[in-house]
Amino acid sequence: MNSTPAGRPLETSGPAARSTPGADHGTAAVPPVLQAEGLVKRYGAVTAIAEGDLELYPGEILAVIGDNGAGKTSLIKALCGALVPDAGRILLDGRPVTFRTPMDARRAGIETVYQSLAVAPGLDIAENLFLGREQRRPGFLGSVLRLLDKQDMRTVARRQMRELGIATLQDIGQAVESLSGGQRQAVAVARASAFGSKVVILDEPTAALGVKESDRVLQMIRDVRDWGLPVILISHNMPHVFDIADRIHIHRLGRRATVITPESHSMAEAVAIMTGAMPPPEPVSRVR
Amino acid sequence: MATDTADPSTSEPPPTAPVTPGRRLQNLLHANPIVGPLAVLALAILAFSLVNPRFLAAANLGLVLQQVTVIATLALGQTLVILTAGIDLAVGAIAVFASMLMAGAAHTLGVPGPVALILGILAGTAMGAFNGWLVTVVRLPPFIVTLGTLSVFFSLNAVVSHGETIRGAEMPPIMTATGDTAFRIGAFGVTWGSLIMLALFVVFSYSLSSTAWGRHVYATGDDLEAARLAGIRTGRVLLSVYLVAGVIYGIGAWVLMGRLAAASPNIGAEYNLNSITAVVIGGTSLFGGRGLVVGTLVGALIVGVFQNGLQLAGVDVVWQGTAIGLLVLVAVAVDQRIRKVKR
Repeated sequence: MNSTPAGRPLETSGPAARSTPGADHGTAAVPPVLQAEGLVKRYGAVTAIAEGDLELYPGEILAVIGDNGAGKTSLIKALCGALVPDAGRILLDGRPVTFRTPMDARRAGIETVYQSLAVAPGLDIAENLFLGREQRRPGFLGSVLRLLDKQDMRTVARRQMRELGIATLQDIGQAVESLSGGQRQAVAVARASAFGSKVVILDEPTAALGVKESDRVLQMIRDVRDWGLPVILISHNMPHVFDIADRIHIHRLGRRATVITPESHSMAEAVAIMTGAMPPPEPVSRVR
Repeated sequence: MATDTADPSTSEPPPTAPVTPGRRLQNLLHANPIVGPLAVLALAILAFSLVNPRFLAAANLGLVLQQVTVIATLALGQTLVILTAGIDLAVGAIAVFASMLMAGAAHTLGVPGPVALILGILAGTAMGAFNGWLVTVVRLPPFIVTLGTLSVFFSLNAVVSHGETIRGAEMPPIMTATGDTAFRIGAFGVTWGSLIMLALFVVFSYSLSSTAWGRHVYATGDDLEAARLAGIRTGRVLLSVYLVAGVIYGIGAWVLMGRLAAASPNIGAEYNLNSITAVVIGGTSLFGGRGLVVGTLVGALIVGVFQNGLQLAGVDVVWQGTAIGLLVLVAVAVDQRIRKVKR
């Protein structure tokens, strides 16, 4: 079980654990938070990841785009522990890490918001936020009677949701199934940002949402970045990617084609690089 | 550390759709799944007491409680399984096997009563764990698993008991002590078995509502994949549920012997479906993830009240099945409706 939450983020090992968002670290001086080097994953004759490289820097939103079958999903799965690569290595804060299960990645501070959201519809918002990480009351009640600290979890959940700008949620005890798609997404993002201490990975967060709700979710992702948590965003939606990404990692044929920024290239060019119609330019290493 | 600057008073009220009375009822039932069963129980008690005032006699109410004790105990274990979106068809077989083992150990082998009881409870636990192992490790559907073990356990039961009933007088008194009256308020008597049953309901009501294990049981039954991705070890949760259900069935075996004042291998077949009936009438969803154990207690009481009340009303016994069956259908139909909650 986790320690007592002290506000967002719930699990910090001190202020130094997080980077300062938007701070100018200089290009070469700041090492990536999360780095993949030469990851390989083959399923028989099929190569899912030929050469998986990726760098995520502190305080940035890195979008990962690529055509269907380009291997971006496999790459991301390797980063969040859902897939074990055959070769290559993953570095978190410069240290090599091995993830055998999603729990390994989570324990290391990498939280993933899956496209399916992984929320239990019958449980309420607070219960979902703490699902799998419930907090117990201190003392005898918690240790022997295993009594949950419902009130504290609700307080933290309420604050977390409010900080993500979900003010219309009056009742933290509302079942998630009664929420709209965007609100459910908010619950999943709130959970990831509350417990992720290093990285938040979002898989197609706006795929099922309308225009207004998408805007709100995009703002939420910006908020998470501005709190100091770097974000990896997988999306097919080019306008959304160009709207919020600091850098855009383009995956093609199982490897990184290049990294661009919304300023350096247009959407049409990004699509052209993605499909191979345009030769990839030199990757941009760091912008913020 | 971010400070809490948002002012709750600035929160906009959620956009409210026009709320019809039907919608309001649906929302009420969805938020409080116990309301429906409680209303049915209250109406049934009222109706039967109007038909025959003797229904409300203290002695009769005590009888109703005694009659529902065994089913309620077994249905508690069944509730846990159904909350995980499973089903346990072997409940009766496990309980009867455990009771025959208890009685056989005490009577035939001369094992001291308390030891015999523990052996029986351990047997129930092992059988529950076996079901859980088949569900979680071998990954068979719960329906198929318990359909198979139902048959296996009933035939093992015949092997152990040789088909012979062991009367209470042939065993140490503790074996049937659950049938003894613990206390009495006027003519309303409460047996030790009923007290054990109620204590189990208190324990599991608490475990499900106020511990992480309970949350995980609900989440696993609600959406297995989501629970797994959220970091819950769903296999462990499922295994624990079947195992704990086995413990409850084992204790139920003791309660059963008290009720019968004997251990008989020839009963128990009806317990399988009756326990499911109590769970469903009590408002727990067969689709998993929703329901309360206290609902199951109310469900068992509803069944008991209907059986007893119809009898006192002079209705032919054959109609009891019809009444209970219709109740089950209504309960499931209501569950289907209230699950379609407003988005």
